[in-house]
Amino acid sequence: MVSAAKNIKILLIGFGNPSRGDDGLGPAIAEKLENEKMPNVTVDSDYQLTVEDSENAAKHDIVIFADASVSSEEPFSFKPLAAKNTVSFTSHSVEPAEVIGLAEKLFNSKAKAYMFEIRGYDFEMFEEKFTDKAKENLEKAWEFLKEFLTKEFQCKTVNM
Amino acid sequence: MSNSQTKRVVIEPVTRVEGHGKVSLLLDENNKVKQARFHVVEFRGFERFIQGRPYWEVPVLVQRLCGICPVSHHLAAAKAMDKIVGVDKLTPTAEKMRRLMHYGQMFQSHALHFFHLCSPDLLFGFEADPAIRNIIGVAVKYPDLAVQGVMMRKFGQEIIKATAGKKIHGTGAIPGGINKNLSIEERDAFLKDIKQMYDWSKSALKIAKDYTVQNLEKLKPFASFDSSHLSLIREDGAMDLYHGNLRAIDSTGKKIFDQVDYSKYLDYIVEEVKPWSYMKFPFIKQVGPKDGWYRVGPLARLNTCDFIDTPLAEEARKEFMAVTNGKPNNITMAYHWARMIELLHSIEKINDLLNDKDLQGTDLVIKGQKRYEGVGLIEAPRGTLFHHYKINENDQITMANLIVSTTNNNEAFNRSVQKVAADHIDGVPKITEGLLNHIEVAIRAYDPCLSCATHAMGKMPLKVTLYDYQGNIVDSKTKE
Repeated sequence: MVSAAKNIKILLIGFGNPSRGDDGLGPAIAEKLENEKMPNVTVDSDYQLTVEDSENAAKHDIVIFADASVSSEEPFSFKPLAAKNTVSFTSHSVEPAEVIGLAEKLFNSKAKAYMFEIRGYDFEMFEEKFTDKAKENLEKAWEFLKEFLTKEFQCKTVNM
Repeated sequence: MSNSQTKRVVIEPVTRVEGHGKVSLLLDENNKVKQARFHVVEFRGFERFIQGRPYWEVPVLVQRLCGICPVSHHLAAAKAMDKIVGVDKLTPTAEKMRRLMHYGQMFQSHALHFFHLCSPDLLFGFEADPAIRNIIGVAVKYPDLAVQGVMMRKFGQEIIKATAGKKIHGTGAIPGGINKNLSIEERDAFLKDIKQMYDWSKSALKIAKDYTVQNLEKLKPFASFDSSHLSLIREDGAMDLYHGNLRAIDSTGKKIFDQVDYSKYLDYIVEEVKPWSYMKFPFIKQVGPKDGWYRVGPLARLNTCDFIDTPLAEEARKEFMAVTNGKPNNITMAYHWARMIELLHSIEKINDLLNDKDLQGTDLVIKGQKRYEGVGLIEAPRGTLFHHYKINENDQITMANLIVSTTNNNEAFNRSVQKVAADHIDGVPKITEGLLNHIEVAIRAYDPCLSCATHAMGKMPLKVTLYDYQGNIVDSKTKE
């Protein structure tokens, strides 16, 4: 078993509704990462982000939010995410930047956050399957994520 | 009224509720509000999607309807599937585990709504600047309260995880029972925090009660109207959020029907379809489509029940009912107070259940003679939730009919929005910030959940569009 660099604690939250076509890209990449069982990498998956994710985020050094996107670059975009502190909440769910904002305000979080958006195309179908293009994007996003975690944080898969 | 005499004000989607909701206000020739319509995204696609699937998959599949109340769908579907497998009464362990799951859901949902959606309105006043009237504003000015909200939500979520197996896509409830009991370790971990949860629940109830009582004269007319109320009720008249029979009362408290077996709901409730909406509009059959609509949820449940069977919540219920001299409370903003009484009731129920040794029992599932139709009802956090299924010889779903809480409140939303809009738009067809705020506050009182919509990044701005009587856009605002 190999530890991540400097014992950095990493959290990836994949969110979206797997029954709404490409909306399930976030949970899908979370599942892939979970299967790798990387030490110091925690994986969470949910339909939507909610306020208690802020408490969980605050327990980690790096937080990656993985979601499907209707408008991101193809095949995916991976960018640092700044906390949002002047927000107008749209729903019971909260945006990733709002989660980080709450984590900082309520739990003194110093976590560095990233937004990982995987481009999807069809969110209207009530089916548990991806469009062909979304599948390709997911594979490319997954290759990138593995490389990012390995190079930046020396994360390695545990051989089971 | 012909189209040429109307103007349409469209507000979409309403902020701080689930998914995509939009409001249309129809104005008459004098620019007075003629009609309000709150449009909600419907999920009939789901009712088709589930056809052909084996019945035992349903309690898991239906959770994908909603990211906010998956447990309610899980349990309502499981109750319907109990009927399919011929089970009318679960083992004590199975029923109590399901109840614990349900009260955990109720607790976390009510806490989330109160602290993170409603408390900004109550703490800052709903006339306050929206820039501070939100949870970040609460976090800055009342950080302890904001943390309490997060931790109460987490407590409820952990109960769901312990009873359903995991926070999402739980598999705990299965046709005829449950697939796990509660270990001593799990129980003790919850009991360790129970006093704190009691204290925070009492404190939240006090905020809601004090706000309502202190602002009663202002709140009485706000978005309010007389209505009928509907909920499940226990055989002795007690509030029961997990199981019971149907009771409906009118705005004066007179019973329209009582102790109705919910499997016969189609004899009492009719679902009307309207051409302008994908939503169904349920009404009480014997009252008729015009006046037969009703409200569900915490306010309705407080109004329909004779008593609450936990001491602190019962004491709070008596105080609540005293405000309207024992008659039904039709003040829309009183939903918040009612919701906090249920929050306290839920933690009292959770405490009772955690101290019940049946939760460590091992008799989890029973089976009976297969049936081809099953109905399951539950009082979800937002109100009565109906699940109805039919299966064929191959155990596949052939029919699914769902009436969700938000659908039951359809007409009530319209009435509340119309009341608020009529107070703001009077001769000037313009969407003001004040109007937007008040519509949000009114709708939020019901805690509607429209999350069958997808949420992908970049899809949820607040868009306000104003049309003239010829359908031309004369004003449009977008709020990210």
